[in-house]
Amino acid sequence: MQIARALITRLITTLVTLLGAAVIVFVVIRVVPGNPIAMMLPPGATDADIDRLKALYGLDKSILEQFWIWIGNVVQGDFGMSITLRQPVYDLVIGRLPATLELSILALLIAVFLGGAAALTATLYRGTKIEGGIDVAGGVALSLPDFLWGLALILVLGVLWPLFHISGRVSPSLGFEFGSNFYLFEALARLQFNVVGDLIAHMLMPALALAIPLAAIILQLLKQSLKECMHDDYITLARTKGYSESSIILRDALPNAILPTLTLIGVQFTFLIGGTVIIERLFSYEGLGNMAIDAVINRDLPLIQGIVLVFALLFTLVNLVVDMTYAALNPRLRHA
Amino acid sequence: MSFLSIRDLNVSLANGAPLLRRVSLDVAAGEVRALVGESGAGKSMIGKAVLGILPRAAKVTGGSIQLDGEDLETLSPKARRQRIGARVALIPQDPLTALNPSRRVGPQITDRLVDILGWKRAEAEARALELLEEVHIQAPDRVMKAYPHELSGGMRQRILIASAFAAEPKLIIADEPTTALDVTVQKQILKLIREMQQRHGTALLFVTHDLGVVSKIAQSLTVLYAGKVIEETDIKAFFAGPSHAYSRALLAATPKYTDPDGSLTPVPDSVIQAVEAEIAAFDAGQMGTVRA
Ligand SMILES: Nc1ncnc2c1ncn2[C@@H]1O[C@H](COP(=O)(O)OP(=O)(O)OP(=O)(O)O)[C@@H](O)[C@H]1O
Ligand SMILES: [Mg+2]
Repeated sequence: MQIARALITRLITTLVTLLGAAVIVFVVIRVVPGNPIAMMLPPGATDADIDRLKALYGLDKSILEQFWIWIGNVVQGDFGMSITLRQPVYDLVIGRLPATLELSILALLIAVFLGGAAALTATLYRGTKIEGGIDVAGGVALSLPDFLWGLALILVLGVLWPLFHISGRVSPSLGFEFGSNFYLFEALARLQFNVVGDLIAHMLMPALALAIPLAAIILQLLKQSLKECMHDDYITLARTKGYSESSIILRDALPNAILPTLTLIGVQFTFLIGGTVIIERLFSYEGLGNMAIDAVINRDLPLIQGIVLVFALLFTLVNLVVDMTYAALNPRLRHA
Repeated sequence: MSFLSIRDLNVSLANGAPLLRRVSLDVAAGEVRALVGESGAGKSMIGKAVLGILPRAAKVTGGSIQLDGEDLETLSPKARRQRIGARVALIPQDPLTALNPSRRVGPQITDRLVDILGWKRAEAEARALELLEEVHIQAPDRVMKAYPHELSGGMRQRILIASAFAAEPKLIIADEPTTALDVTVQKQILKLIREMQQRHGTALLFVTHDLGVVSKIAQSLTVLYAGKVIEETDIKAFFAGPSHAYSRALLAATPKYTDPDGSLTPVPDSVIQAVEAEIAAFDAGQMGTVRA
């Protein structure tokens, strides 16, 4: 009963969020200067040519009318045609989404691993130079935004010591035929480890650039919560039972300290997905974000709308997953 | 031969401020020793020093703690931890915070048996069920699966008592185990601790403010003031007439449990001044021995 109500509330908020995002982007890209028709026509086109094209794409109608037509089609699964690429928006977006998903998730995993390990280590060695060193590293990681980390990484690991590829998603010279657009996932599932290696060599730097600031945020919050937990009575009691400090931190403190960090990771992960737009551009990574920038430059209205909708859907999904994990991990909520 | 033997134990803060002043204290096997003194006297510090859970700011700066004739200082940190885990247990003051809120109750009773003493999980669980029945918990199998927040304070203290007795320790340190509970529950818990202590023959170091409780549970008593042992005696002698003026004032300041509303005489200023002077003289003497 309660669960059903929670689900319905959730569904409604999701729909409202998506609709809001759709309205905003629809209006904004039609109000800002520049229009797609001007981009498409050669210099010297006549007014008649312009009107003909406008009518073709429905741009001669009012914004409200255009919106109704678009929403009506979207509800039926038709996202329109890209003006510049002349392909269905749906196919384009679905084709690029896996690349962005793989990059974001890899970045998230790296951030959780680095931030979590740093927080646990700092807690184990609290009050020593090791904690001090970890704090300094966290401060440095936070002092630069993701795209500057991207540039720094390109400089160090792409140019000075060219360990990794600085652009693209996979080496064409590999000649590997993918059956899906989830390259990394597919290569792992098919146990093609040389392909996995090549993919990682392409994805590692952009993923690191996205992960470093998030890792630092995770480190700071998780360490704070862990340190607070370490003063709790049940921790002291576990010590008297004979447990080592490290097993107490992992078994007793971590489960009680992790909830605020989990919520934070959810919010920050949506920011991270937003960050892929610039990072993909920087590393010429063939993902949704890179395509979004081209779409904006070319004023490809249907494509921009489609991409924004997918991003909005991703954000609400991430929040849903976070809420569910939160409920699963917190016994007090589970029984409420 | 006492099971716990503390000799000349000094504990001080990093800045040198003493928290315990050459404390000596024995608890014989199966004996119940009460440890009394006003708030801040250092009663909990003694328990913490034995259990190895002193706050980071406090350090042992002298003396020894022997467990069954073995000096704990000679052990490696790991060996010491495991020795304590196997032979000594703590009944904490506040049952509401002493259980891990995100773990079920059962594993919090069995964990020491399985992880530290190497029992099989099934054996440990059978033992936990047995103990929960012993502390008069109904439907113990259901309680094992419950989370702490689902249980009352009294229930949680019973669980902590069961957990303390799980490994059949030789010594239990109970640090004001009833002060966080309702008055009605306090009596039951106190009765339960005594009952369990007698059945298992465990030595008990019982920290309390309440001399009324002491008369019911303990065979011997140590009075602490400002981290220094003021008096160390058996119960009969103490209630017949303590030898130290501070102890006498403490006893006079306690309402008789036959007459709980009887008039209270707070410890007189003159007695406080005398005992403070004693502490100061002791500190001066310590300085002398350090310099010498
Ligand atoms: N973490 C700490 N850092 C510094 N000083 C402390 C710390 N914990 C306790 N103390 C000091 O140590 C002294 C002894 O404290 P302790 O907790 O042993 O007192 P107690 O006799 O148990 O008192 P109570 O009856 O209130 O529990 C007190 O003066 C207290 O201020
Ligand atoms: Mg205390």
